Amino acid sequence: MLTIHHLYADMMNLYGDRGNVISIKKRCQWRGIPVEVIDVGLTERIRPTGCDLFLFGGGQDREQALLAEDLSGSKGADLRAIVEDGGVVLGVCGGYQLMGHSYETPEGQKLPGVGIFDLHTEPRRPKEERLIGNVLVRVRAPETGETREIVGFENHGGRTYLGEDVKPLGEVIVGYGNNGKDGTEGARRLNAYGTYLHGSLLPKNPWLTDQFILNALRRTDESFELEPLDDTTEGRAFSSVAARVAGRR
Amino acid sequence: MSPLPDPRLFAAILAARSARFASRKLKTGGGSTVPGLVARRVDPKVLTKLSRRLRLGSAAITGTNGKTTTTRMVSKILQAAGIRAVNNSTGANLVTGVTAALVSDSGLAGGPLSDMGLFEVDEASVPKVAAETEIEILAVLNLFRDQLDRYGELAYTGKVIASAFGDLPQGGAVVLNADDPLVASLGRSARRPVFYGVDEPTLDTGRLQHVADSKDCPVCGTALVYETVYMGHVGVYDCRHCDFSRPAPEYRVSRVRLEGAKGSEFLLSTPKGEADVKIGLPGLYNVYNALAAAAVAGEAGVRLAEISRGLGEFGGAFGRVERVKAGDREAFLLLIKNPVGFNEILRTFVTGAEARNVLIAINDNDADGRDVSWLWDVDFEMLADAREEGKTDAAPFTVSGIRAEDMAVRLKYAELPVGPVIPDREKAIKSALAATPPGETLHVLPTYTAMLEIRHTLSEMGYTHPFWED
Ligand SMILES: [Zn+2]
Repeated sequence: MLTIHHLYADMMNLYGDRGNVISIKKRCQWRGIPVEVIDVGLTERIRPTGCDLFLFGGGQDREQALLAEDLSGSKGADLRAIVEDGGVVLGVCGGYQLMGHSYETPEGQKLPGVGIFDLHTEPRRPKEERLIGNVLVRVRAPETGETREIVGFENHGGRTYLGEDVKPLGEVIVGYGNNGKDGTEGARRLNAYGTYLHGSLLPKNPWLTDQFILNALRRTDESFELEPLDDTTEGRAFSSVAARVAGRR
Repeated sequence: MSPLPDPRLFAAILAARSARFASRKLKTGGGSTVPGLVARRVDPKVLTKLSRRLRLGSAAITGTNGKTTTTRMVSKILQAAGIRAVNNSTGANLVTGVTAALVSDSGLAGGPLSDMGLFEVDEASVPKVAAETEIEILAVLNLFRDQLDRYGELAYTGKVIASAFGDLPQGGAVVLNADDPLVASLGRSARRPVFYGVDEPTLDTGRLQHVADSKDCPVCGTALVYETVYMGHVGVYDCRHCDFSRPAPEYRVSRVRLEGAKGSEFLLSTPKGEADVKIGLPGLYNVYNALAAAAVAGEAGVRLAEISRGLGEFGGAFGRVERVKAGDREAFLLLIKNPVGFNEILRTFVTGAEARNVLIAINDNDADGRDVSWLWDVDFEMLADAREEGKTDAAPFTVSGIRAEDMAVRLKYAELPVGPVIPDREKAIKSALAATPPGETLHVLPTYTAMLEIRHTLSEMGYTHPFWED
C-alpha cells in the first residue's frame, strides 16, 4: 500500500497540482498497487505509514506566509527528517520555494523555509517579469545514469538561487528555470525533488512518476519492480509539447 | 443640443472613422479597437470628453466569467426601458475598445447618439477606464482563476479592481456578487456597495470543486465555512475567525428551477419588489448573470417590470452557448474559459446526454491561456459516472486543438475512452459531425480561439454566419 501525502491540498492546488496526484494514483491502480491519498492541512501532522510519497504543491503569496508559519514547528522538522531518511518528496513552485532556506515575498517579507535544499528565493524586482511559459528540461536520472527530457509549464515571480550543497534537477533547454540566468531548473537531494514545472508535470512525464513510485515502494521492498504500462498517449503529449517549445530553442 | 466645438476632439473622431473604414475593408475581423487607438493618439482626453456627454452616465461590468452575457442582458433590459445604450463589442474590453465604442456613437461634433454607456471591462483595465469615464455603476461578477499567467494572483486582481472605487462619482454604486467571497470583500472599500446573491439550498453541490480560487477568508486567511456551495468557491459562507461573512444581498434570487438547455425560472427579489423571471439560457451561471444584470439595471433606475421583460426576451451572447443546425444534426457550441465554467458545462449539458457525441478542442494561444494544467482541475470523472449510468457504448470523445494530446491524457486518467485525436480543428469538427448519429446533438467544447476556428469551418460548410456580420 502506497500512501500519497498531499500537503496543503486544500490551499495549494493552483496550477493543476491535482494532475500530479491523479497521475501517481492511477499508475499505481493500473498495476494493482493499492494506493491511498491523505490530505495534510494546516496544523495537521504528517503521519508516515512506511511506504509514502509526499507532494507539496504551489500556492499564492498570501498563503506562503501561512505555510511558512505552519512549517516552522514540528511539521517542518518532520519533513526534514523524512528527507534525511530517504523519503520521497516532490515540491512544486511554492512548495519548492519553501523547501529552501528562505523565501522573500514581493512585499519584502522574508519567510523562513524548511531548509531541505541549500537554496534561497528572491522576489521579482519591479522591472522584472514573471517567468512564464512552456519548459523543456534535460534531467539526469541518477538511478540509471541516463539523460531524459521533461516538459512542463512554469509561472513564477520568485528567483531561486542554488547553494553549493544542492544539485539542480536538470538543465534548461527552453524556458527560464530557477532564475532565468544560470540555466538550472529545480533541485534534487537524496529522494527530495523540487521544481518550478507545475501542474501536469507528472502526467506528461510518466517515467518520472514511475521513478517516484518505485523509490517509494523500494523503501519497504528493495527488489520491487514496476510492470511497464502502455504510455503511448502520454508519449504523444510529451512530444507535442516538446515540438511546440522546440520552436523557441 | 450642440456641444461646444472642440477641434482636437473633432480631429480624433474623424481619424477614428477613417481607421474604422480601412480596417473593415481589410476584413481584419471587425476592427473594433483600432479606431479607439487612433482617436486616443489624436486626443488623449477623447474618452473623458465623450463619456461626460452621456445623459445617464455609464455602467461597467467586470469579472472573470459572464461579462459579455451580463452586459448584453443589461443592454436588452435598457432597450425594454427605452434607454439607448452604447456598448463595446465582445473582446474589445480594454480602454481602447471602450473609446472605440464611444467614438462610433458620436456625431462629428462629439454629441452622443446614446443616453448611457454600458461597457464590459477586462479586470486589469478597470482602473484606467474608471479614471477616464464617469462610471455611475461598477459591477464585479466573480473572480475565478482564468489566464493566471496574465494577471498573476487572484487577490491582486481584486486589489486592482478596488483601486478604481475612489474614481467613481459621488453616489456611484459598486454592484458585487455576495456569494463570491473575494468579490464580496471588495465591498469593504466601496462607498456604496450593492450586493446580489442566490438563496437556493437545493442547488448545493455539497462539495468544493477542486479549484483553489478563494476558499479561504479574503480578510484573515483562515478557511471559510460553507453552508452551501453552488459552483467553484461561490456559495453561502462564513468566516469563524473574523467578522467577515456573506453580506445580505439586496438583489436576490430564490426558487430556482434549472431546466437544462431550455433555460431557468426563478423568483427575483429587489428593493422595489419581487417578480417571477424566465430566462432562455441554461445553467446556474446564467442565473447569476441575469441577477447581476437585474442589479445593474435596478441601480440605473429601471423598473422591475422592464427588468423581467428584458431578461425574458434575451436570446444569448455569441459563442457562449450557441446552437447550430448542421444538416440533420445539431451542434451545440459551448465556450470553455476555465475549470469552473468547464465543470458547469459538463454538468448542465454533457452528463445529461450520457456523455455522448462530444468534441473537446483545447488551444493554448494567448487568448485561451497558455497554461493548460487547469485541465486537471476539471471533474471529467463525473463523465465516467454518467456513461456508466447511461450504459452507453456511444462513440468516444473526439479531442482536438493545439493541446489535443494533453486533453487525451486527461481523459485517459479519468478512465474515459479516448477517441480520435485530431489536433487540426477543421478536420476534427468535420469528423465529429460525421460520427454523430442523425437527429442527435454534437457537443462542441472549445477554448476561445478554437471556437473561432470551428465556427469558421461550420460557416464554410454553410451552417452559420461569421459573427462579425451580425
Ligand atoms: Zn476571516
